[in-house]
Order: sequence, then structure tokens, then C-alpha cells
Amino acid sequence: MGVIKRFDTALIASAVMLGQIATASAVDLEFYFPVAVGGKAADTIQALTDEYVGNNPGADIKAVYAGSYQETVTKALTAARGGKPPQLSVILSVDMFTLIDEDVIIPFDGLAQTDEDKAWMSSFYPAFMENSQTGGKTYGIPFQRSTPVLYWNKDAFKEVGLDPDTPPATWDEMVEFGKKLVKKDANGNVTRWGVRIPSSGFPYWLFQGLTTQNDVILANSDGNQTSFDDPRVVEALQYLVDLSGKYGVMAPGIIEWGATPKAFFEGQTAMMWTTTGNLTNVRENAPFDFGVGMLPAHKRRGAPTGGGNFYIFKDSSPEQQQAAFDFVKWITAPEQSAKWTIATGYVAPRPDTWETDTMKAYTADFPPALVARDQLEFAVAELSTYENQRVTTVFNDALEAAITGAKTPADALAEAQQQADAILKDYR
Amino acid sequence: MLHRRAWVYGWLFLSPALLFLFAFTHYPALNTIISSFFSTPRGRRPAKFIGPENYQEMLQDPVFWKVLSNNFWFAAGTIPISIGLALLMALWVNSHLRGRTLARMAFFAPTVLPLIAVANIWMFFYTPGFGLIDQIRGGLFGLPAINLLGNPDTVLAAMIVVAIWKEAGFFMIFYLAALQSIPPVLREAADVEGAGRFYFFRRVMLPLLMPTTLFVSVNAVINSFRLVDHIFVMTDGGPNNASSLLLFYIYETAFKFWQTGYAATLTVVMLILLSVLAIGQFFLFDRKIHYQ
Repeated sequence: MGVIKRFDTALIASAVMLGQIATASAVDLEFYFPVAVGGKAADTIQALTDEYVGNNPGADIKAVYAGSYQETVTKALTAARGGKPPQLSVILSVDMFTLIDEDVIIPFDGLAQTDEDKAWMSSFYPAFMENSQTGGKTYGIPFQRSTPVLYWNKDAFKEVGLDPDTPPATWDEMVEFGKKLVKKDANGNVTRWGVRIPSSGFPYWLFQGLTTQNDVILANSDGNQTSFDDPRVVEALQYLVDLSGKYGVMAPGIIEWGATPKAFFEGQTAMMWTTTGNLTNVRENAPFDFGVGMLPAHKRRGAPTGGGNFYIFKDSSPEQQQAAFDFVKWITAPEQSAKWTIATGYVAPRPDTWETDTMKAYTADFPPALVARDQLEFAVAELSTYENQRVTTVFNDALEAAITGAKTPADALAEAQQQADAILKDYR
Repeated sequence: MLHRRAWVYGWLFLSPALLFLFAFTHYPALNTIISSFFSTPRGRRPAKFIGPENYQEMLQDPVFWKVLSNNFWFAAGTIPISIGLALLMALWVNSHLRGRTLARMAFFAPTVLPLIAVANIWMFFYTPGFGLIDQIRGGLFGLPAINLLGNPDTVLAAMIVVAIWKEAGFFMIFYLAALQSIPPVLREAADVEGAGRFYFFRRVMLPLLMPTTLFVSVNAVINSFRLVDHIFVMTDGGPNNASSLLLFYIYETAFKFWQTGYAATLTVVMLILLSVLAIGQFFLFDRKIHYQ
């Protein structure tokens, strides 16, 4: 009898424990996030996650800082291959095709059941959704998204007799302004360049600004066809090469991405193209009056979008997927995304965020924050294909070869198109 | 019986190390060789046997040949100079000069720093316009700014300088230890016989340093294939693969492009290269080495 009773107690105890484990595991979430800009980004994500968990005791979300974008996708894919993926992750929007190809993510459509959910999914800027949808399904929800803008040094503009409040509006004006802004010392060495379009690491992104302005799209929305050798792409690359060569308004060779804001602060360049993600950095560190404007236009206005989306991973329970969905819905809501935008400079991904009082107060105090939003109207999807990293590497190599003068723009791009065709032929 | 017990003990003592060697070196190496004959698995398509296809692809891959030749020049640039510099520095800090502890410490400091940190320091040196090199060039000599990392003709040389700076101090320590183990009586005997300093160095010290030279040069060869951390920080292999090395390309192929099958193939090539070089060095030097 005693034995049986003890056995019973043990049984009940273990059943209780099992129950606890079951309820706990149903809503235990692991959430990977990358940090690509300095400072407060990681703290802000952690604080937002903690706030959500505090208000929703049913969901236990563990936010894991996973390094750069590159490291995050590597970690997430390695974990998925090992059978233990995170349930939720922020990964570059351009990695969508890779994640689909690896069969590790699920579309959000199946999780959006109520009309409210569906309305939420269509509440984002269309420019950001281009990189988040394929084949009629939505695989990513925009979160830390950016777009490149033009920063200019108002003091330098005044010094050479340009209107300090007017940035160049066209390609020709950028060259014209640039020529005025180039400053040389007694030895004829340039001490200040007119403009700086960084080209190290991932030159394709800013170059995509030029191609869009020249009215050409680099890849189709199925992600299996590129147009690298289009004459308009060649023309855009020729313009970029000419900025350093023929026009002499930009430093020659590959220009380092990371050192660009510093070069701007040091007065080494009067204008720079870089991400809106640097807005807070420039605001805090530029020792002079600066302006923020849209990229100059050519045949049309244009810029790529960039940055990261939320993805929900496949290898998780339905409860986890639902909890992940609810969390994403909450963190991209107007109030939360306003906090996120103010802390980092990323573009708030939906119009109603800009209508919140928090955001209105911020933009009233700092109007340059609105430039990126206004530019979204002209923005297109960032270059993204199947085998994305390989295809963009091929493209980057071609751009670098042309910028350093190893190949002509036409030759370099024709070769890149050939290689991209070879890589993508299995996906057509 | 006693013999048998010694045998069992021997294996027992060896087993922990062996276990780790097999689990973390031999098994992965073997697995890599097998993977190199399979296609890369993708979500819905498992890996399938494709024979030597990856190897054929490799022979036709221009980037592979580019990184291989880069690696050759990187090795040719770093190995002799860093060893020569290490020997010079060791001879110098071994002599009775004032403040030699400070000099030893200064020479050894780069070794202690992580390569990532070193790369960031050198990034500052190389930055065009306001980096250290350009400030000196512009400030003292009135020369124009120079973009060492942004030019395919200079980028590899710039990376070689970083590697030499990092390595020479490390090799110096080995030479210093070897120099201190040379008995002073040899020096005295040479003085009595009237041998000059250079003659003494060439005929007595250098031969006695040969075992160290072998050790150092094997390490230098391995390092010339292994040191890639600075590439991530400084150039990402660019411009147009001008500063990419074999190991960096393997990383890119495996974890950026996710072509794990092809990455395994490249790894096999690297394993073969390193083994051949190490074995070759042992045979080449063996005849010239006098172990005390």
C-alpha cells in the first residue's frame, strides 16, 4: 500500500512537471536579431522584448544578439540544419529567396486569420513589401529597414557660393556642384572631394541608387533573372566611374564604407551617400551644419531599400508560430516602431507610425528624419535573387573591377550577367 | 604479463588525446573528403554523389586560381621577411643593450593583440586622406592621398605588411630562446681562434639555430594559409578578389554562398597543399639540421 501510494505521488508529481514543461515549451521562443548600426539598437530591442514579455506572461521570448547580418543568417541557417532553428529572426530582406530555397521559413499568410491580422499585413509601405513577398505570399515583415540618402555639408556649400539649403537635384548638378566643392592645397593635392559614394564590401547597394535613377530594375520579382548587362546599367556604372575619372569629383579607387561618415565629419568630402541608419550618428558627430536630401535624379528619382525583415521559422510548433506572429504584430505597431526609429534612424515601415505623437514630436524637432520616408515613394526592392549572396558577389566583383579600372563597365557587366545566368539557370 | 600491462597503460594514457584527435581532426577531415564528391544539399534536395564534378568546377573557377596565386604571393611575401626580421630582432635584443626588456616587450606586443584588433589599427593607418600614413605623406612631404586598400595593385602588399608586423615578434621569441641556449664557450673559443663576428654567426650560430628555423618556417607556412581574420575587417577580399586568400574563399563559399559541397572540395585542396608543404620542409631541412 505504502509503495503504491508513493508510486502514485510520484506519478502525479511527474505529470505536473510534464504539464509545466508542456505549457512552457508551447510558448518558449528564441528570437535572433542582428545589429548593423552602432549604439542603442541592441538595448532597444531587448527593452521592447522585455516589455512584451512583461505584459504577456504566456510568452517567454528570449532575444539573442546574433552579430552582424551576415553572422545572423549564418547562425540561423546552421541552427536550422542542425534541427534547432530559432522560431523568429530578423534577417536581411534580400535573404528571403535563400531562406525559401533552404526550406526553413513559412509565409505569414497562413497565420493571419482575423481581418485585423490581414489589415495589419497590408499596412506597410509597398516599397518595403517588394522584398518581402514572392509568388503571392508574404515571407517577411519589414522591421529595421533603411534607404540611402544624400548628406551634405552646408558650411562647404556656403564657402564655394552654393545655396546651403539646396542639394543637387540631378546627376549633372551633382557633378557641377562637386567640381565647385573640390578643394586643393598648394601642391595640387585634393584636400576635399565633392562627393563620396562608398564602394567597399557591398558596392551594389548604393550603385542600385544610380541604376534606379537610370530607370532600370536589376532583378525580377521571381528572383531568377538579372539584367546586369542592360545598356542603362552600363551607363550608370560609366557615370560612377566618371565621377572619379573624367569629372574628378570623387576619390579614385574603392572607397571604404565604414570610414565614410568620419571622412564627412573631417571635411574630406562635402557630400556623401550613405544609409539613413547613420542619421543619428551624423546628427551627434558632425561639427558643422549639415543637410539631408533625397538622392539626385536622372531619368527618374530612385533609391533601393535595405535592411532586415522578421522571418518565422518552419521547424516550430503551431503555438510557437502563433506566438511569434503576435509578437511581430506587437513590435511593428506604431508606438513600438516609433521608439525603434527614434533610437536608430531606421525608417519606420508603415505610414501610421509617422502619425503617432511621439513621431510627430521627433520629426518636428528634426525634420531630416522625414527625407527617407518621402523618398520611399520612389524606392524599389533591393537586389535579391535565388543564391543571393553568390549573385550579388559576382555583381560586386564586376563593379569593383570597373571602379578600379581593371575592366570597362560594359565588359565587367557582360561577364557578371553571364555568371549570374549560369548560377540562376536551375531556378528558371 | 608485465609487458602486456604496460601496453594497456600506454593506450589508456593515449586515449583521451586520441579521442579528441579523432573526433575533431581525423573524422572531420575524412568527412570533408567524402563531402567533396557530393553535391550541396538544399532544403528539398538532399546531397547526391556527383563524382569529381566539384573538382572540375574548381579547375574552371577563375576565383579559385586568383585566390591560389594571391596565397602564393602572400606566402612568398610574409614567410622570408617575417623570419628574417624575427632573427634580426632576436639578435638585437639578445645583445647587451640598455632597455632590452622594453625592446623585447615592444617586439612581442603585436603577437599578444588579437588579429581583429590589429586589423582595425591598420585600417586607421591606411585610411586615405586622414589615416596615419596619409597624414605623414601629406603633412611632411606634400604628397597626395593614397588609397592602398582600394587599389588591386597595392592591396595584397598592404595585407602582407600587416601579417609580417603581427608575426615577426612571435617568431622572435623562439629565436631568442634558441640564442640563449647557445653555450657561451663557443663564442669564447671562436674569439680565441680569431673568428670574425660574421663568420661566427654564419658557421656556428646559424647551424645551431636550424632546428628553430625549421619549426618557425613550418609555422610561417601554416600561418600564411591560416591568417585571414584581417581580411574580414579590412577588405572583405576585395577589390574584385585582389586580397582574398584560399581560407577566406572557403569561408565565403561555405557560409555566405552555402555551397558546402564545393567548399569541402576547396578544403581538400588546402589540406593536401599544407601536408605536402610541411612534409617537404621536413625532408628539405632534415639534412641540414644538427640537433644537439
